[in-house]
Amino acid sequence: MENELKENTISRRKFLKRSGGLTFLVAGIGIPAFVWKKEESAENNVQISAWVHLSTDGTVTIYNPAAEMGQGTMTALPAIIAEEMDADWSKVKIEHSPVEPKIYGIPWGGGGRGGSMLTVGSRSVSGHFENLRQSGAQVRFVLMSNVAEKWGVNIDELETQPGMVIHPKTGKKISYGEIASFAKFPEEIPEIPTNKLKKVSEFRLIGKDFQRYDIPEKVNGSAIYSIDIQVPNMVYGMINRSPVNGTKPELNNEAELRKIPGVIEIVNLDYGIGFIANSIEAAQQAKYTADINWKGQTKADNHNSQSAYKEYETLAESGNSGSMVASSGDFSREIPNTRKVIQADYKNDYVYHAQMEPLNAVAWVKDGEAEVWAGTQGTDGARSAIANHLGIDFKAVNLHPCYLGGGFGRRSMNDFVLEAVDLSKAVNLPVKLIWTRTDDIQFGAFRPISLQRLEAGIDASGQIKAWKHVVVGTGGGLLGSGADIPFYDIPNKHIEVRNIDHGVRTKHWRAVGHGPNKFAIETFVDEIAIDQKTDPLELRRQLMKNHPRELKVLETVAKMSDWGGKIPQGRARGIGFAERSDSLAAGVCEISLDRKSGKIKVHKIWCALDAGIVVHPDNAKAQVEGSLVMGLSSVMLESITFENGEVQQNNFHDYPILRMEDAPERIDIEIIPSIERPTGIGEAGLPFMGAIVSNAFASLTGKRLRHMPFTPEKVLELLG
Amino acid sequence: MTTSFILNGKKVEVTAESDAILLWTLRERLHLTGTKYGCGISQCGACTIHLDGNPVKACIMPLSAVEGKEVTTIEGLSHNNSHPLQKSWISEQVPQCGYCHSGQIMQAAALLKKNPKPNRDEIIKHMNPVLCRCGTYTRIMKAIEKTIQNS
Repeated sequence: MENELKENTISRRKFLKRSGGLTFLVAGIGIPAFVWKKEESAENNVQISAWVHLSTDGTVTIYNPAAEMGQGTMTALPAIIAEEMDADWSKVKIEHSPVEPKIYGIPWGGGGRGGSMLTVGSRSVSGHFENLRQSGAQVRFVLMSNVAEKWGVNIDELETQPGMVIHPKTGKKISYGEIASFAKFPEEIPEIPTNKLKKVSEFRLIGKDFQRYDIPEKVNGSAIYSIDIQVPNMVYGMINRSPVNGTKPELNNEAELRKIPGVIEIVNLDYGIGFIANSIEAAQQAKYTADINWKGQTKADNHNSQSAYKEYETLAESGNSGSMVASSGDFSREIPNTRKVIQADYKNDYVYHAQMEPLNAVAWVKDGEAEVWAGTQGTDGARSAIANHLGIDFKAVNLHPCYLGGGFGRRSMNDFVLEAVDLSKAVNLPVKLIWTRTDDIQFGAFRPISLQRLEAGIDASGQIKAWKHVVVGTGGGLLGSGADIPFYDIPNKHIEVRNIDHGVRTKHWRAVGHGPNKFAIETFVDEIAIDQKTDPLELRRQLMKNHPRELKVLETVAKMSDWGGKIPQGRARGIGFAERSDSLAAGVCEISLDRKSGKIKVHKIWCALDAGIVVHPDNAKAQVEGSLVMGLSSVMLESITFENGEVQQNNFHDYPILRMEDAPERIDIEIIPSIERPTGIGEAGLPFMGAIVSNAFASLTGKRLRHMPFTPEKVLELLG
Repeated sequence: MTTSFILNGKKVEVTAESDAILLWTLRERLHLTGTKYGCGISQCGACTIHLDGNPVKACIMPLSAVEGKEVTTIEGLSHNNSHPLQKSWISEQVPQCGYCHSGQIMQAAALLKKNPKPNRDEIIKHMNPVLCRCGTYTRIMKAIEKTIQNS
């Protein structure tokens, strides 16, 4: 099982040259109908590629257009095609699709063909659902029309069973593999009308239990991530990057570093110095021995994250206005008319992605061409970026998508890919670039810090009449997601983002602004409930009474957890609700507290989810489990701090993430049955985690945690 | 410098610089890439292998330290995913991104070899050094407990 240089990801040329069987080919953007041709003839048509390859032995190869970073697209997306084509799932093989966005991309709104192949925002299933069903149904149509012609029967008399076309009148059957041996290729295949697609009740795969395709190779070390790629004559690269964003390097001991055995080249980059060597050890030695002055004044120089909260408070109090997220009624007019005004500030530190596979890529820049292996969330974006960076054509870049050892948003950036390209270009050799964990943290791009000021006006009957939420932080567009609360009926709402640019790198992090914003919102709702002596579930029921779908999710989690029922002594519970990527989720957790150490233990989490049609329920549950646990990790432990623009954390000893001892003992998840369109699942469990822990803590102690993470130090300080 | 050791049951000799690290030797010199790099300072456990049957972190282990010893990596744990833990990992659908699971399984395998019936606290204590960012801990626990029940 050695990892020899092999075609672990299929090259485009080889892909089209496959011998035997049929490949279903789809034309480029703007041509809605499928065109199916013999694959031999496709060689010359660069705009053409395929979704499905059917071999005469019945093997069905389906191509996954999305990044597989743990969320299960490698299984769920092919299952949608397999469902509509009625493939025999046991005969399905799955491979990464080529990087051809005109064929495999999806528009931002989803639903069509052609667009970006960027795997973000939990949009893979929701964005691809319709076009993959259509593609699968078209494949089935072609198979059936070939059989109709061969048997001289009307196509309407034919049906399919998995991997088989049948003629019920005569009892005749023929396997898909056999059809592949004689099938002819119509020039065009009609779009299959939606009412001819399967009904939800007819699904054989979607919504059923089946195993993930990628798991067997993930339990024996044979799954290939980009860090595993082996190319003959490959050398190794490491980089020292600017500790303060924007500073420029000046290397003082180049001659000394060149004497280190194994060092091949030293490369000046805009924001760092690269070291290329014939082993990782030698590259690392050069990296650690380098003496570099970092020059230039930058915006980030003065950034001290813990004192930034003072700036945010000042900005929150000021008359300045930022960008509006949502507004209804007139908050300023109504607030003096309310009986009571409640206000609270919530804070969250920067958090780091901490994907287990540190950033890396293998690049081989040749004469006018580049071959790159990368685990990236944006395969087509990376391919374009490489082409632009080198000034070569998109087609001259062969990007091999690999499995991602976690992405969570960080791998939607191309910095690590272009660095590998730069190093390879400098030596005309294939280079494996590896970031150390410290590089990955210190040159991270973080979920932004923010302060959230919430203000609510309550009338004499206890109703929330006015609501103001001002998000103040850095990171601009990353701050606003999830700040709106369309499912809570409050007549006067003012929701606004005020941004300060600190000059440090920020980025989408699983669920983006929803993590901090839902923490603030759902904690504040709890504070209002306590003030009004109302049960927090009951207050949400009232706020959501005109939103039956949301209400059902809330009621489901209340029932699952027996909300209001008996709780073991020394424990307490918190409840919260959040939407993300159009999915609806509600959670309850049960905690206890070690009052000596200040450590909170989350024992159990219950979560109800409405995500429309769920293609792969067990994996959907796995995604919810994962997002709850990753959310819990960020809520309890995680904090990146800057001093004078420098990240203060180095590795997992000073940036701890959740370990098994702190994982909940039990997680119960219920998926609400639905025939609505699928919505995103990968992030839905994360946003309410901060609130349900803070709410449970308030129930247990009467004290309120308002600054994530809830470290033992903060807990002890709060308890006095 | 040449180092001889037993790797997955076979004798190997590796010639490398004296500062060679076991992890990079396994991965880049011997092309056994199932053992992963995660932190380089023995904090995450992605590089867990067995050295004479004990779980150790290959990222901080000099190559010279394994002279004459037995090293087992995930590739040498079983043929065809036949180790009981691998079977449970599949039936419980444990991995997500999968990157940490060579380390998780090697760590768990070392436990069950020494203590075939550990209780929950013993499992947590033993598995605590191996990080999973995807948050598969509850499924890891189920898979280990299922393996124990089936044995």
